[in-house]
Amino acid sequence: MTDLADFRSETRAWLEAHCPPEMRTPVRSDKDICWGGRNPDFQPGQREWLEAMASRGWTVPDWPTEYGGGGLSPAETKALREEMAALHCRNPLNSFGISMLGPALLKYGTEAQKLDHLPKIARGEIRWCQGYSEPNAGSDLASLAASAEDAGDHYVVNGQKVWTSYADKADWIFCLVRTSKQSKQGGISFVLFDMASDGVSTKPILLISGYSPFCETFMDNVRVPKANRIHDENKGWDVAKYLLGHEREMISGMGLASAGGGNPLIEGAIAAVGLDDRGRLADPLLRASIALFEVRARAFGAMSERFVDELKAGRAHPAQPSMMKYYGTELNKARHELQMAAGGSDALEWESDASNGGAAARAWLRTKANSIEGGTSEIQLNIVAKRILDLPT
Amino acid sequence: MPLYLDDQQTMLRDTARDFIAEHAPPAHLRALRDANDPTGFSRDLWKQFAEMGFTGILIPEAQSGMGLGHVEAGVVLEEIGRNLSPSPFLTTAVAAVEALRGTAHADRHYPGILAGDTIAALAIDERAKFGDGIALAAERSGNGFRLSGTKQFVTHAHVADLILVAARTSGSETDQDGVTLFAIDAKTAALDIRPERLADSSLASRITFANIELHADAVVGDVDNGREVLNRLLAAGRTGASGELLGVGGGAMDLTVAYLKERKQFGQTIGSFQALQHRAAHLYAEMEVARAAVLKAQQLLDAASPHAGQAVAVAKAMTGLATTLSVQEGIQMHGGIGMTDEYDIGFYMKRARVLAEMFGDANYHADALARESGY
Ligand SMILES: Cc1cc2nc3c(=O)[nH]c(=O)nc-3n(C[C@H](O)[C@H](O)[C@H](O)COP(=O)(O)OP(=O)(O)OC[C@H]3O[C@@H](n4cnc5c(N)ncnc54)[C@H](O)[C@@H]3O)c2cc1C
Repeated sequence: MTDLADFRSETRAWLEAHCPPEMRTPVRSDKDICWGGRNPDFQPGQREWLEAMASRGWTVPDWPTEYGGGGLSPAETKALREEMAALHCRNPLNSFGISMLGPALLKYGTEAQKLDHLPKIARGEIRWCQGYSEPNAGSDLASLAASAEDAGDHYVVNGQKVWTSYADKADWIFCLVRTSKQSKQGGISFVLFDMASDGVSTKPILLISGYSPFCETFMDNVRVPKANRIHDENKGWDVAKYLLGHEREMISGMGLASAGGGNPLIEGAIAAVGLDDRGRLADPLLRASIALFEVRARAFGAMSERFVDELKAGRAHPAQPSMMKYYGTELNKARHELQMAAGGSDALEWESDASNGGAAARAWLRTKANSIEGGTSEIQLNIVAKRILDLPT
Repeated sequence: MPLYLDDQQTMLRDTARDFIAEHAPPAHLRALRDANDPTGFSRDLWKQFAEMGFTGILIPEAQSGMGLGHVEAGVVLEEIGRNLSPSPFLTTAVAAVEALRGTAHADRHYPGILAGDTIAALAIDERAKFGDGIALAAERSGNGFRLSGTKQFVTHAHVADLILVAARTSGSETDQDGVTLFAIDAKTAALDIRPERLADSSLASRITFANIELHADAVVGDVDNGREVLNRLLAAGRTGASGELLGVGGGAMDLTVAYLKERKQFGQTIGSFQALQHRAAHLYAEMEVARAAVLKAQQLLDAASPHAGQAVAVAKAMTGLATTLSVQEGIQMHGGIGMTDEYDIGFYMKRARVLAEMFGDANYHADALARESGY
């Protein structure tokens, strides 16, 4: 216990010394998020913060040190996160590599694959995207059709993916392809390839938020070495499902108040409607809505903590990420609805400086996808009903 | 501390689960209700609780108790809730034990509580909705105090040995200061206690204090500074009620899910209909979130954390919301049969309503959270 207390105080001191002041302010818009990659787009303070954290393996504190991680125990990882939160430190790196591919590689990758990819993910050198969905394979993902034909030491991949987040900015993709038509789920393989490979092209899709972080991704006779296949041929569905569990876990974190400190919902409401002479929000119905929302949000905060503790101890039900994903995303949508309601006409400004480029409105619109991406709320409820409550089909 | 039960707590839960399900299942409540039992619970069962060590769960080992915490008390309360077992456990072994902790009253009353003889009641409500105002007056009189005023929603008062009363020794009704807590020997004080049957068939009393004379040693804690003891009592009571609500909501959900797997319509089990699956899955999510909130509050309370107050407010509000949903969905998904007295689901609905109201409802606690968060 004293070891942990020492770790805590040393960590706090180190964070104090190394986290640049710009990285201790709330994340105000998408631009404030650091994604790394071959062509990084750093804002002031981001590079220093990323490099400082990566040098200790703290972008992935609980991964083994040989793969670029920090080798921390679950208790130390928790302490690190708590100390970061206490100092309002931003996340140094956002990455599909960390939250999705990494865990799948740790479980299913060969030693060579792990050594090849994990350290780069940890240092934020390669930005990854996820090639799962296709125009005719959304919720029914296993019906995917993009084909990979056996050509000896490599596959030749043809087909189209859709909704590939940041495909135009990503360096590599983890992709589901069909290696057999004999069986729906049993004919899928999981492969990795460089987005700079011949035959790969992307086309952005504009969203209702005015951003276009998504793409259609086209694959035209792309050569993918077999050495880039994770796990056995036709066993890709196992990897895909495992990865989806982590994706859901990551997305469920959205239900929590934003990292970087403060509570934008409450601060925004106070700024918009003011406090009355008893120190209460001047709009009593808005106040009541926010207070009841905060009850759920804080309870969900406890649930998230419990979920992580159970996961680390191997006690979580394997379908529990579905519950978390469902609850967290619905909560996050509700948070942004309230934030817009509190902000009134100020929050509707789409491009002004005062609105930070319409950050609130754009974020609100973006959250509508939370209950779609990574599997819709309906699909999560199906999973909870069948796998946890054991309801009949 | 990880946010799940450790091995010892799990063992305690298994023991409590088996014991309570065997001795005080919903049929036990039904039998008491049908007999119009004037006590409202079984004294034999209370004795057995004592033999199991449950009544001493929060009493320090130095005073012959088990010296455990709110997590453990919550484990027992959840099973009480799940089985709808009528019991003075919450008021006596949880709230009163906490209020008396470290005072001279502890030495006087803990032995009776440990033995399963003493029943404690909490006279803290003065109006239909729980609020912070306290009007019941305690005026100095000779070597003691004279109490006059009324209290209501005092469960078990009609059979209580010990009644804890929150009274005003100075200032006006809405003041935080000027409150004093008294421990009254219910058998000797000439209180006018009128028990009323509640919707869940438990009994709660309206009490009139008409110039009741008390000796100065009835004071628990300090005169005029009673909020401190009262807040300790309330924190324990609210956390305990949250644990019991969790059991009520969880029990109702279990009944409902079991029914979805067995009832057939249109040639299939109704649990195969997606409309019902989604509602059941949503309910599960609400109950799990509530469960985490309760454990968080229990752990922080046990750790004497400065964040415990907010966590307790979240737990009481969240279990109020989630359990209300559970019993409402329970009846709806049972269909017509859920409306019959013969099926237990209605008992869950009634108990949930009483517990949701006790020590402040979800709105009260959401309001408290907002105030503490500065808006
Ligand atoms: C912002 C965003 C980012 C995304 N990022 C990526 C990415 O990076 N990579 C990637 O591969 N994909 C990505 N996706 C795709 C995402 O995973 C799919 O959109 C999602 O799985 C739903 O598929 P769909 O859009 O085809 O909807 P559909 O499957 O056509 O669903 C339409 C509606 O029908 C409902 N429905 C379907 N089946 C059932 C059922 N069995 N029971 C009940 N209801 C059902 C759905 O819930 C939904 O309401 C992203 C999507 C969005 C919006």
